[in-house]
Amino acid sequence: MDLLNALVVLMNFVIVPATAYGAQLALGALGVTLIYGILRFSNFAHGDTMAFGAMVTILVTWGLQGAGITLGPLPTALLALPVGIAATGLLLVGTDRVVYRFYRRQKAKPVIYVIASLGVMFIMNGIVRFIIGVDDQRFSDGERFIISARTFREITGLEEGLAFRTSQAITIVVALIAVALLFWFLNRTRTGKSMRAFSDNEDLALLSGINPERVVLVTWLLVAALATTAGVLYGLDKSFKPFTYFQLLLPIFAAAIVGGLGNPLGAILGGFIIAFSEISVTYAFRKVVEYIGPEGWEPDGLLQLLSTDYKFAVSFGILLIVLLLRPTGIMKGKSV
Amino acid sequence: MKKFLLASVATAALSGAAFAQESITLGVLLGFTGPAESLAPGMADGAELAMAEVTTSDALLGGASVTSVRGDSACDAALSVAAAERLITADSVNGIVGALCSGATIPALTNVAIPNGMVMVSPSATSPALSTLEDNGIFFRTAPSDARQGVVMAENILDRGFDTVALTYTNNDYGRGLADSFAAAFAELGGTVTLVAAHEDGRADYSAEVGSLAAAGGDVLVVAGYIDQGGPGIIRAALDTGAFDTFVLPDGMVGNAITDRFGTEINGSFGQFPGTDSEGAAIYFGLAEAAGFDGTSAFSAEAYDAAALIMLAMQVAGSSAPRDYAQHIMDVANAPGEPILPGELGRALELIAAGTDIDYIGATAVELIGGGESSGAYREIEIIDGAVQTVGFR
Repeated sequence: MDLLNALVVLMNFVIVPATAYGAQLALGALGVTLIYGILRFSNFAHGDTMAFGAMVTILVTWGLQGAGITLGPLPTALLALPVGIAATGLLLVGTDRVVYRFYRRQKAKPVIYVIASLGVMFIMNGIVRFIIGVDDQRFSDGERFIISARTFREITGLEEGLAFRTSQAITIVVALIAVALLFWFLNRTRTGKSMRAFSDNEDLALLSGINPERVVLVTWLLVAALATTAGVLYGLDKSFKPFTYFQLLLPIFAAAIVGGLGNPLGAILGGFIIAFSEISVTYAFRKVVEYIGPEGWEPDGLLQLLSTDYKFAVSFGILLIVLLLRPTGIMKGKSV
Repeated sequence: MKKFLLASVATAALSGAAFAQESITLGVLLGFTGPAESLAPGMADGAELAMAEVTTSDALLGGASVTSVRGDSACDAALSVAAAERLITADSVNGIVGALCSGATIPALTNVAIPNGMVMVSPSATSPALSTLEDNGIFFRTAPSDARQGVVMAENILDRGFDTVALTYTNNDYGRGLADSFAAAFAELGGTVTLVAAHEDGRADYSAEVGSLAAAGGDVLVVAGYIDQGGPGIIRAALDTGAFDTFVLPDGMVGNAITDRFGTEINGSFGQFPGTDSEGAAIYFGLAEAAGFDGTSAFSAEAYDAAALIMLAMQVAGSSAPRDYAQHIMDVANAPGEPILPGELGRALELIAAGTDIDYIGATAVELIGGGESSGAYREIEIIDGAVQTVGFR
């Protein structure tokens, strides 16, 4: 019984939230890694691309809600997601035409792209704040819980409750679908294969007749879909605020680099590594130990490694260790 | 020619007004945007209600009219200083009602008001740090210090039969001050605080913070935060994870925004904010309703009293200059004298003009103690059926 209680506490506060958060980070890191692998630069505007996609989705969601259209127990935002993806796709392709294509023709060094993306980041930052404002926006509707802590306690008779939110379930399911689709696309379709060829060896790909502009276009559209999905899922699960999306840039980059930049599998692995370490390092394990340990072992302290204020330090720490010991990341990506 | 005529008419009208009566401006420096933005409108309406009452009475300094200039202190140190500068230099106000948050009041006071000798009367800054600040006698507040609220909250919790609590506070002057005074009072009265943890405002997600509070345990969770910031985030995460279902809400967390968001989910939660059951409070709520706003919103009555005190002190001093009237604020607020309730500002001004002492009771039974802060009576509230209901007074 005590072991079960300990497991439930751990699930409730660490495993379930970290899995959902990890899925969101993985989707974000996949976008970063695709751009790095194919376009060969670190896109600092990624966090704000997520914010833009989420913003369009929120506006459409409000429109649908106003018109009385909902998805029943599921959040209406899922219905609005394709519109968000389309708008973000337009924005990214437009940015590429206006900004990045110029540097591509110049055959500019990667660091110049990075600085250009920093500028793009500030502009997107401004657009999002200008349109929707800087405040918290809530847009989730439908059933909030699949199982709430109270119901769980009543059903199982355990002392501890386990809450499983609809948004967490949707995050995990949608992330699985998105990742499956992405890998199918990259491994099985002609366009996907040409993208991988372009990523592996640009000159050879050009020689075999692959159209670079088309590869770039498809990459941006994929990134738009991934970023918008990640942004909307994060907003549904937590809340939408432009500033927090900007802050997400750090864990997302940490995830992509830890996994190995340019390696999609690595991005997913990295997302979960970062999420689980962020949450478990700042979690207070006192209750878990209380249940597992023998009678009279209750610790006085909280058994918390780091205070929750240092959440971001965890991503930084892992990033540093990986860059020092294995600069190409765990899954052997390109070195930074 | 036409322009000339127009200009001379305008000049004549202006100078005519100036001859007949002095025009007094009061700054209303409140956090209209930011973490306590839903409290500000009710407070500004309260302060402006007092100004309108005095203007219509035609009795202040021989018929002066009082107008209000609003400034946004945004609950932020830098913005508050800038807004106070603007009120004093550009709008040349004669006194300031504000600021709203302690973290905005302290910098505005020390950087702008004290160097300029400007009187500030805050309706809602409750940090204990303001009690000991060297203010040259120009700062007053119609809200009590949190040193007092900490004691009241501790008694409130123990009287309801809870003796272990977890405590989280917003990481600023207000939150820390209240958390310190509460933790000390609660321990002294025999209760146990399992964990005192700060939270940062503006995060998307507070489940990690709630995780450590839950690990520490406690019957109830005291949320010393802001209603439009991290406070509701903490409550949301605590409800979602089933960590706590009863919350203690101090003054920064009481308002309709909290029941709009959580409804019956937080039934049984309770708290307190400055307020009295005095005759004055009831009269004030009536006046506010007639003026078309909700007088029961937190600190609205305190704002009315803050504006009233400034104007009554001006009448005693016979001058609208801050250096002249600052010393009279304590006199009009405290006994002895003819008691004055809300809606009687005109009568009070006439009494003062006739040389009679007054004791301003106002909407919150104002009694200034120490360096000029309210002695503090609290309204005890409970969330019943998804609405904030008053259950008593302390």
